[in-house]
Amino acid sequence: MLLAAFTWTEFAQQLAAGIREGAIYAGLALAIVIIYRSTRVINFAQGEMATFTTFIAWSLMNQGLSFWAAFPIVLAIAFTGGVAIERVLIRPVENAPVLTIVIITLGLALLLNGLMSMIWGGGNRQFHGPFSTRTIDVGGVPVSVQDIGIVVVSILLVVLLGFFFRFTKVGLGMRAAAVNRDSSRLAGVRVGWMLALGWGIAAVLGAVAGMMIAPVVFLDPNMMQTILLYAFAAAVLGGLDSPVGAVVGGILLGVTITLLGRYVGFIGSTLKLPAALLLILVLLLLRPGGLFGRVTVRRV
Amino acid sequence: MRARLWPELSAFAAVAVVVALLPRFVSDFRARELAIVGMYFIALLGLSILTGFNGQISLGHGAFMAIGGYTTAILSVDGFFGHQLRDLWTIPIAGLVAGIAGLVVGIPALRLSGLYLALITFGIAVSFPQLPKEFDHFFGGTTGKILDLAKPPFGLGTTTNNWIYYLTWGIALVLLVAAWLLVRGKTGRAFKAIRDSEVAAVSAGISLPRYKTLAFGISAFYAGVAGSLYAIANAYVNPDVFPIILSVYLVVGLAVGGLDSLFGMIAGAALIYFLQNHADTVARWINHLPALSLDPKQPGIPSVVFGIVLIVVMVLLPTGAGGLVRKLFGLLTSRLYTRS
Repeated sequence: MLLAAFTWTEFAQQLAAGIREGAIYAGLALAIVIIYRSTRVINFAQGEMATFTTFIAWSLMNQGLSFWAAFPIVLAIAFTGGVAIERVLIRPVENAPVLTIVIITLGLALLLNGLMSMIWGGGNRQFHGPFSTRTIDVGGVPVSVQDIGIVVVSILLVVLLGFFFRFTKVGLGMRAAAVNRDSSRLAGVRVGWMLALGWGIAAVLGAVAGMMIAPVVFLDPNMMQTILLYAFAAAVLGGLDSPVGAVVGGILLGVTITLLGRYVGFIGSTLKLPAALLLILVLLLLRPGGLFGRVTVRRV
Repeated sequence: MRARLWPELSAFAAVAVVVALLPRFVSDFRARELAIVGMYFIALLGLSILTGFNGQISLGHGAFMAIGGYTTAILSVDGFFGHQLRDLWTIPIAGLVAGIAGLVVGIPALRLSGLYLALITFGIAVSFPQLPKEFDHFFGGTTGKILDLAKPPFGLGTTTNNWIYYLTWGIALVLLVAAWLLVRGKTGRAFKAIRDSEVAAVSAGISLPRYKTLAFGISAFYAGVAGSLYAIANAYVNPDVFPIILSVYLVVGLAVGGLDSLFGMIAGAALIYFLQNHADTVARWINHLPALSLDPKQPGIPSVVFGIVLIVVMVLLPTGAGGLVRKLFGLLTSRLYTRS
């Protein structure tokens, strides 16, 4: 049997689960896109950075702070950390080949992962998020408040980012610095700081994503590893330099993967990852720029 | 060009002599450790051809090692149409199977460059361990497959570990020469031309599809041979023998060795083995620094040490060990031989 039994209610439930799943990928994918846009680097440490900040949130909440009290503190720490990483690790190799920078972010991922094991130890932890897990009825389909919260947060993030990049001076400066460094420098944009700012914002986005994900899965140092891969896939699907694309790509991927896993018996839960990989591979071959990305034409 | 030949030839001779004599001076257990270094060395040679000489990034070479390892396991345990093969003969087959897999991956890689390729190959590394779990009938699932313990052939009177050492390093030296001849010849020049500028290479009449997929295939062949030897040495394979992180470790070794330095890969391979298995020793060294007291057995130490080494090497020494040696050597010869 290739197809499992089918009912519309269950389909709607799976769809909702897929959208929730996709919103999680979208959060991290946004962070990847922001760094790619500003520095043309893919940050392989994005997942560990997000998990690290989520652990900080966990520690603060363990000290008796409420989620919403810990939230701004964690975001501030994440922002500072992101800026510091760019200044200390990425800036010295700014003009190095892609591989060098990829390797440095891989090293950072290993380092952060090890630090988490050292500081907080392995094992799963329960992380109490801001939303309740109570389910409410949406058009005959039971959906948890938490799922709705996650989706709303990721949509809110992309709207905020859109506003920031379109209407604020700093946001415009960051876009300018990404497009043409020399010209923006001549126009008075502090290019170096714009890049650092990109890393800071990405770290904040990652922290938000981590704190949204941790209540769903358990908190442990390797929490983000597979999610990061899906997030890469989502970012590539949407086109690496489009924030809207990251969210659309994330949700599209989440829905596709969930439905495939449920209804195509052959794929099940183990082959979801290879299926996602195949999906982006095919897409990249047909549309190298992704769904929303710009295809760059190189002049010889 | 002729003048540049002798240092490489003498380096090779020195390596060959050291390799041949080393087991006389070290324990049986050390011989086994050195054999595993040799396997990483073979895999790194392949990665160097791909990344160092052809400029294509692969974060998925652990998967090609796994393909090689599984080929050897399946052929020697289940056999080919009921006919079990001796482990020795499965090595070239494992290389070929992995090489063909590499060619297949190399085709989409033609249209993906730089970061996209890194992402896709990383995806391969992450998703490959799922296959043995899903198709457990063929691959043996999470328990994997158990091979017969490797025995020295022709009644040679050495221990198993010494036999694996000589086997691995014998193959490694042959493959080193092959890689060296390859990168010096016409194909190697084409690889390097593509690395330096694809547009210029095409204008000079070099076929991108042919040489880029070829580089992937050759590189995967090396990884497959390494994985096959790894399976023989361990006498079992399962998804945990070739973990996802292995692909990352290989890139670490490549970077430390110096991307396009074939001899430098020995340093890279040694580092991979040492950090993986002796990270607690490194932690003890670090404890000699003032105001530090790490627990060497703490989980996470290997990752921390690996990460720090990787970052420091890439920031301070972007050309790796090979580049450093070359620079020192260049300094020496230029002082001695140039008239100014």
